[in-house]
Amino acid sequence: MPVAGAMLRCGLPLLSRVGGGGRVLSWPDALLARSWSGQAEQHSPAQDDKPIPVDIPVPFLAHNCDPPPQHTETSGEELFRFFRVMNVMRRMEIASDLLYKQGHIRGFCHLYDGQEAVAVGMEAALTWEDPLITAYREHCNYLGRGATVTQVVAELLGRQAGCSRGKGGSMHMYHLDHHYYGGNGIVGTPPPLGTGLAYALQYLKKPNVAVAMYGDGSANQGQVAEAMNMAALWKLPIVYVVENNHFGMGTSEARASAHHGFYDRVGYIPGIKVDGMSVFAVKVAVAHAKEWCLAGRGPILLEMDTYRYHGHSMSDPGSTYRTRDEIQGVRRERDPIDLVHKLITKEGLATAEELKALAKECRAEVDAAVKESEASPEPEEAELFTHVYRADTGVEMFGADRHASRLQRN
Amino acid sequence: MQRGTAALLRCARFLGELQPRRISSLETARCFSGAAMQAQPSAPEGYDGTAELKRMNLFTAVNDALHIALDTDPNSYIFGEDVSFGGVFRCTTGLAERFGRHRVFNTPLCEQGIIGFGIGLAAMGSRAIAEIQFADYIFPAFDQIVNEAAKCRYRSGNQFDCGGLTIRTPYGAVGHGGHYHSQSPEAFFTHVPGLKVVVPRSPSKAKGLLLASIRDRNPTVFFEPKGLYRMAVEEVPIGDYETELGRAEVLREGSDVTVVGWGAQMLVLERACDAVEKEGVSCELIDLQTLLPWDVDTVAASVSKTGRLVISHEAPITSGFGAEIAAKIAERSFLKLEAPVARVCGLDTPFPLVFEPFYLPTESKVADAIMHTVSF
Repeated sequence: MPVAGAMLRCGLPLLSRVGGGGRVLSWPDALLARSWSGQAEQHSPAQDDKPIPVDIPVPFLAHNCDPPPQHTETSGEELFRFFRVMNVMRRMEIASDLLYKQGHIRGFCHLYDGQEAVAVGMEAALTWEDPLITAYREHCNYLGRGATVTQVVAELLGRQAGCSRGKGGSMHMYHLDHHYYGGNGIVGTPPPLGTGLAYALQYLKKPNVAVAMYGDGSANQGQVAEAMNMAALWKLPIVYVVENNHFGMGTSEARASAHHGFYDRVGYIPGIKVDGMSVFAVKVAVAHAKEWCLAGRGPILLEMDTYRYHGHSMSDPGSTYRTRDEIQGVRRERDPIDLVHKLITKEGLATAEELKALAKECRAEVDAAVKESEASPEPEEAELFTHVYRADTGVEMFGADRHASRLQRN
Repeated sequence: MQRGTAALLRCARFLGELQPRRISSLETARCFSGAAMQAQPSAPEGYDGTAELKRMNLFTAVNDALHIALDTDPNSYIFGEDVSFGGVFRCTTGLAERFGRHRVFNTPLCEQGIIGFGIGLAAMGSRAIAEIQFADYIFPAFDQIVNEAAKCRYRSGNQFDCGGLTIRTPYGAVGHGGHYHSQSPEAFFTHVPGLKVVVPRSPSKAKGLLLASIRDRNPTVFFEPKGLYRMAVEEVPIGDYETELGRAEVLREGSDVTVVGWGAQMLVLERACDAVEKEGVSCELIDLQTLLPWDVDTVAASVSKTGRLVISHEAPITSGFGAEIAAKIAERSFLKLEAPVARVCGLDTPFPLVFEPFYLPTESKVADAIMHTVSF
């Protein structure tokens, strides 16, 4: 397939892509399978497969390992793909913001806009056979795992069309086939869980790595250290990814952590600090990390230097602990979508008007998905009791008083 | 009731002479009506009508208690996530400014570390007031609380203790909290000898019970109903006062059925009692206030009078604290009971997101249970 060929010419290390029998689901394939990428064929200009060299200006900082190269190759096809997906992610988060403010989404909603390069760059270097687990700021990670916007938004709205049937909400989205283990509300839990995933991969001799993501705030949870020790002791194929957006809720990293930096925290685990606003830097770093792990060298840690435009959650304006100037500044200088936009126009692959039209399409896709989600019904009342235990366990669960009870059957 | 009398009563009980609890007229006048958000003046123990009252909501009352606690004991500290700027629920407003950042300070995001640290601080004779931002996050600290805090005095033969430790944490449903911002884990802690577990229902109770908890020489877990932080408004006495721990309060006297609860659920129970009163059922409503140790005598005395008991809490029904009350009353008041003890609680599922209204023990579920119990 021309797309796969483009991927190989992008300068990615030649990784074994054949999973345990059958077609490896990689991102470009799934994209083509989706309806909205079909529209991309119609509207976007000629997609060139010619390799385009890209510099990564912000240096990788390495701790106890060699850094990856400061340059990579991309292609027109990849650039348009990045542009599209990041725009969909951005629009989805903004649409969620609006739905929340209108009172349609309730509960907690942690938005990812600004951090798109991490989700997108990571998936460009991984396959969906590499299990991924992250924390609560996960809508875009889930999308990057091959979900549809409807599955995300319907889940936020608490509807049946949502990925967890409306039972999980913003922080609990999962994808069984694409090995996405969520979605965790309690901080610090992805590292130990991911370590367990990695052990299974190693034991079953799979050519895959586990990726466990967490934030700068949760880096001080004890269980993170426990997990890393186990991973290093047993040389597990796990990539720990710290999404350092510099604030744990309203607490800056300087006020929470004694040591500045996360990539070099653990003496016995190598780490790399990555410019998380550059999708190319992320892609290169994750590919490098995957190669490290698959060579049997044990765990590795990637610190993504990234930034979120929104506050921590919808109840946080995000401007009491950082200045608006800072937020605007990052948006102006380091926005991940702008980086791709500039490269596309610089290479003459599309004009600004054409990209604007493309962005508008993405917006239309998201709006259509929102409509579809809103049309989905709320879960049935019986769902309240389902899936507490495995089906047919026969456990009796009681209702509000001991007169009403359900047997776990479904 | 004066404190001296209460102490005498306790001695009398211990010696096996059961005394019926005398209910003062002051207490019967007290009525929690958070529904209207305009409570009648509610006074604490020993209120003689002279102390000035100030309109406060629950977080302001907690804040007031913390100001007084730090003011009266220079060796006391408040710490937790985000407490310095005032806290996510505004309970710690103004404390860092007034007492300094060495006495009121933020910790990193590490519950097990926070509580372990607090135990150590308390073991040095300090009053360590730790905040766990949501009760749902208390579980990493569960080992420290159960294995260290609760057993410190016992295992050292009374040489050491961490009685100065108080753990404050918001609990309970808030309308949209979902799995991890709504839990009521109080039952887990009532299972641990060595701890005290306290749950206030209103601003004035929160202030009095919190001051009592802080000054009590045993480690205490203090659950604050987060749904009421803003919603409950009351006239709270300014100044220093404590509400006695281990004592339940009868909010209204009745003759047909005893209804027991604590915390935010009292509001629901009050409404249910009002609803069944229209059907001619007279309810005696009791707020336990302290779950560990809980006031068995007050509840047993009430059941002796009414012969029926309905218990209600938000936490899931199986092994919720209502189970302990039911078992104990069945033991103590078996011959007085005219109907099985009823419990109206949360369901045996994780706290749901969209299903919250179905999950909670609502007014109609409680009223239903009361009617069933009285017509048994």
